[in-house]
Amino acid sequence: METTLIEKLPEVTWVGSLIKAVLILAIISALAGFGTFIERKVLAFMQRRLGPMHVGYYGLLQIAADGIKLFTKEDIIPQNANKLIFMIAPVITAATAFIALAAVPVFPDFTIPSWIPLLGDTFVPSIASDLNIGILFVLGMMAAGLYGPLLAGMSQANKWGIIGAARTAVQFLSYEVVTGLSILAPIMLVGSLSFIDFNTYQAGGIGDWLIWKQPVAFVLFLIAGFAETNRTPFDLLEHEAEVVSGYATEYSGMRWGMFFIGEYANMITVSVIASIVFLGGYDVASMFGWFFIMAKIALFFFLMLWVRAAWPHVRPDQLMWLCWKVLMPLAVVNILITALVMMV
Amino acid sequence: MGLEQFKNRNVGTQNYTMVDAGHSPKGVLCQFKQVVKRTFKGELFVGLWVTMKAMLKALFANDMHTVKYPFEKLPISPRYRAIHDMLRLLESGHYRCIGCGLCEKICISNCITMDTRYDENQRKEVSEYTINFGRCIFCGYCAEVCPELAIVHGSRYENASEQRAGFSLFEDMLTPIDKLNLQQEYSGFGSVSPNADDNIKQTPLAY
Ligand code: SF4
Ligand code: SF4
Repeated sequence: METTLIEKLPEVTWVGSLIKAVLILAIISALAGFGTFIERKVLAFMQRRLGPMHVGYYGLLQIAADGIKLFTKEDIIPQNANKLIFMIAPVITAATAFIALAAVPVFPDFTIPSWIPLLGDTFVPSIASDLNIGILFVLGMMAAGLYGPLLAGMSQANKWGIIGAARTAVQFLSYEVVTGLSILAPIMLVGSLSFIDFNTYQAGGIGDWLIWKQPVAFVLFLIAGFAETNRTPFDLLEHEAEVVSGYATEYSGMRWGMFFIGEYANMITVSVIASIVFLGGYDVASMFGWFFIMAKIALFFFLMLWVRAAWPHVRPDQLMWLCWKVLMPLAVVNILITALVMMV
Repeated sequence: MGLEQFKNRNVGTQNYTMVDAGHSPKGVLCQFKQVVKRTFKGELFVGLWVTMKAMLKALFANDMHTVKYPFEKLPISPRYRAIHDMLRLLESGHYRCIGCGLCEKICISNCITMDTRYDENQRKEVSEYTINFGRCIFCGYCAEVCPELAIVHGSRYENASEQRAGFSLFEDMLTPIDKLNLQQEYSGFGSVSPNADDNIKQTPLAY
């Protein structure tokens, strides 16, 4: 049984969790930065452009240039804004995005070699904190992240910001139902909320992947995931062509950057969830399994960019129509059918 | 095609073609059918495929449309009217301008300033000649009026400057004497037409 594999692992100390947390923070923020580069490149290629080319080899150091720009830009707080809320709103987005990542297995576990002073022999787990309600926690945290745009839009004394905040509420109310209901069917099949159990359930190879048993749930979750990370076609919150920049209109410099990092971290989280829940997850035993899940995550990430290049975005009323009148009934029917099949 | 049919404002008599835009569904059942049809039509995947194809072509079939501007430039038309050039006679290397002053006279934004004097052989020579490119509108009249094909438009179009007035001197625009073999004739305003040879007639002796 695979569960014995988990039990064989050394005990997780608080030092290990701490190191893991720092690792996630460092690597994922770097990846989020790199994600912006990849996004610009992929979008450029799809429009037959070159994208960033001049900073570093093939534009690779563009992230560094952008980072320096964001850090050194003046931090402007509008006169009539609610200053406190305006200041903490981006932190909410970035923080919740990273807190969500705490319960998600990212990167393989390892033990620090014993010749390193102080930290030697510490076991660093693959999940910073292995909750038994992992999925619920991650989805809840990502939902809480929507407080960021909501508060930001309402606190900045700007009409575009208010519209952005209103759209945040609309979007939040629409997709959250679908996210929950769509992932409920796989949860029923597996009978657990822990990512580890999902992983072991699908350990038998491609044939065991939940995407074959739950294709509808997979598509619904993907759609809801796009809405959750407010990517095209559901980027109503800050669609430049309509509402300047929505909730982020008045933000500049590092605070705006935090929204950005939060969004990309969320994209990574959704990709991780989709890969683990539907595409078989990772293989604990081998290094190769970790490479495999990285490929799956990259695939979902690329899909998000691809969709952004190809599809137009929807109006808020269309989003509500889609979520409440199409996706939610579909999800409910999917759950019913799953339940019936499980009963028989 | 004349403009007559666009000037006809009498609704109903024009020669319009109606575009078949389909019709909105009537009734709940038809609406439902339309939704189902559109849902399973796969148009979204067509869109995805189009962008993917564009990307693959751009990356592997060398179909990239970017011009890295300061390093590479698009070719411009030979008739393009950019910063002026002063041409030289190919045989002697002397500048072509005879100091007739027609360009100064015709310039509609008054940006050509010139002065002439007699040289030691009692021939007219240009002593001062400047064009204020802050005022020039690149209309091409000077090139058109010049009887000697002396002032023409060149191909230097990067003329952003920090000041409004930007004067160019005669020597700056003149073809460098060592580049005389590279001098190009201008084919825009005022140039000899391609069939100029055919139009040459003998002078009637009766005059
Ligand atoms: S191009 Fe027109 S405006 Fe410019 S110098 Fe010639 S005549 Fe004057
Ligand atoms: S019209 Fe031609 S020849 Fe006459 S002054 Fe101007 S440049 Fe010289």
